[in-house]
Amino acid sequence: MAQLAANEISRYSRHLLLPEVGKAGQARLKDARVLVVGAGGLGSPVLLYLAAAGVGTLGIVDFDTVDVTNLQRQVLYGTSDVGQDKTRAAEAHLNDLNPHVQVVRHSERLSSENALALFSAYDVIVDGTDNFATRYLVNDACVLTGKPNVYGSIFRFDGQASVFCTAEGPCYRCLYPEPPPPGLVPSCAEGGVLGVLPGLVGVVQATEVIKLLLGVGDSLVGRLLLVNALAASFRSVRVRRDPRCPACGTREIRELRDYEAWCGASLPQDAVPEIAPRELAARAARGEQLQLVDVREPYEWDIAHVEGARLIPLGMLDSEWPTIDATREVFVYCKGGVRSARAVAALRKRGFDRAYNVTGGIVRWREEVDRTLVAY
Amino acid sequence: MAVSIYLPAILAPLADGARVVDLEGPTVGAAVQALTQRYPGLTPRLVDERGEQYPFIAIYLNDDDIRLVGGFDATVQDGDELSIVPAVAGG
Repeated sequence: MAQLAANEISRYSRHLLLPEVGKAGQARLKDARVLVVGAGGLGSPVLLYLAAAGVGTLGIVDFDTVDVTNLQRQVLYGTSDVGQDKTRAAEAHLNDLNPHVQVVRHSERLSSENALALFSAYDVIVDGTDNFATRYLVNDACVLTGKPNVYGSIFRFDGQASVFCTAEGPCYRCLYPEPPPPGLVPSCAEGGVLGVLPGLVGVVQATEVIKLLLGVGDSLVGRLLLVNALAASFRSVRVRRDPRCPACGTREIRELRDYEAWCGASLPQDAVPEIAPRELAARAARGEQLQLVDVREPYEWDIAHVEGARLIPLGMLDSEWPTIDATREVFVYCKGGVRSARAVAALRKRGFDRAYNVTGGIVRWREEVDRTLVAY
Repeated sequence: MAVSIYLPAILAPLADGARVVDLEGPTVGAAVQALTQRYPGLTPRLVDERGEQYPFIAIYLNDDDIRLVGGFDATVQDGDELSIVPAVAGG
């Protein structure tokens, strides 16, 4: 068991005063290896608190760089980190917070190829990812390697947390056997998220990690914590192991699969014809009068929109489609291209044979055509 | 049997912004049907084309997953709470 140096004993004194932790518990934390998948909204508080608590080795998996839109909730980073590799920026902040902690950077995308080897080197896995494909990958890799999956997930004002994949408890698939079809559930990038919500949920995840490592208290194994920030309510419901679960029940899943394909993440939700913003802008520059429809929400329109477009939020399309000229081409955009693909599919069903999705939405329009638009 | 159905933030806009809806229903299925009759926009988001539960939306009768207590046929008592808990992936 790890020995604590004198300066570590001072640093962790408030832990050492707790009989549930004590010197032995603190040494156990120091010996522990925790892998945090996703250093974003959830990963930030998880990493900060686990580093502060003295978890000896913290692995971070993230392939992204810090973006200015992250800073509203990803409290691990500062303004000067924008543009930097997340694992590198995280390492610097965590080293400053607690130099006794060893940070291991995995600046790569978690995949079916690397997950098992990565997970095998750690004691506990924290799911702080932001998409369904990676969540099922994390879950199945945890079942296959026998590592607890400390789960958290957020959207707008609602959050969930649990501990899956322990010897006695259920896994994520017992709760949700299959992911929703792509496009049905917006991501936080499309639907928004209250900045403090990942703080609430991430701190619960960090608490669960520490309890697991110390072996104290009642964990969230077999319970799903539901957080509603607007109602200020925390309640938990029971999650039971499903004997038919292909991961932890029947164990049909013996190896990792192609989760992106399974979740449909790499497939366009409705295969609809597309046009690149650059191409569309070139046509407008030649003097063509284009029929452009923006299917985002009014508050998104107010942040930025393409000149000459008209706003018909996706939810209004069912009643507003007759106001679109079906005899002309119609180009539909949203923020990133998911909602507009649904809109184009719906329009084509109604006979709009010349409806096109603007690839990558206004985000890509800004990158390719008009840098003066505000990014969001 | 009066039950309260708790909707998640993601579905509330389809129910005029309501997060809690009080309904009558001898069973979970009847209560869900009463909900979708009041807010038809919720129908395709709550049940599939055959009227069955989606694998990515858990429904809780008080603290229990309805899949473990009889699904839509589970009977409800006065004052019971139904919670709709869809999978969300944000992080």
